[in-house]
Amino acid sequence: MSILDHVYTATFVMLSLAALFTVLRLVRGPTVLDRIVCLNAVSVLVVSFIAVEAAVRADTAYFGLLVTIALLGFVGTLTAARFAERRAHDRG
Amino acid sequence: MTAADWVTAVLLPVGALFTLVGTIGLVRFPTLLTRMHAATKPDTVGLALILLGTAFQVSGPRAAAPLILVVLFQFVTVPVLAQTLGRVAYSRGEANPEYLVVDELAEGVREADRD
Repeated sequence: MSILDHVYTATFVMLSLAALFTVLRLVRGPTVLDRIVCLNAVSVLVVSFIAVEAAVRADTAYFGLLVTIALLGFVGTLTAARFAERRAHDRG
Repeated sequence: MTAADWVTAVLLPVGALFTLVGTIGLVRFPTLLTRMHAATKPDTVGLALILLGTAFQVSGPRAAAPLILVVLFQFVTVPVLAQTLGRVAYSRGEANPEYLVVDELAEGVREADRD
């Protein structure tokens, strides 16, 4: 194994730990906005994982997927956040 | 190992470390706004470093163009998300006033109520 293989392993381990912490907050909540923040963190983590996998295989076939997930993560998080907004007329 | 491999070997773990530190903040910070802060900013830096590290493993700058696109896209969208989430948290009354040093939005809300 070359040094680069160990580097990939270390990167995957750190990203996995990050995913674990994100899921922990996702489960604990306590508010819906915490979970929306986690939603965005999850999409960033997925992009990171796929990017490292693309580096391991030196394959550009994944890059369309990266752009799509980044776009969907943004639109999804923004929509969820706006949906959770409480406007003045809602409070009555 | 080539020079490009060394650049990747440095950038990928550093990027992953940024992401990891951000999520530790996401778990440990006390209020919603601080957690949002910890989740968005380091994640962006971490993702940028990881994508840059990946760019050195693919052949040529033309192949790496989508990665640069994703990085630019993150730099544009993450502040939008943070701003929106902050406003939504405020409107829901979940921004704990004890932890706010300056509350510039309260003034704007008062003015809007007067009109």
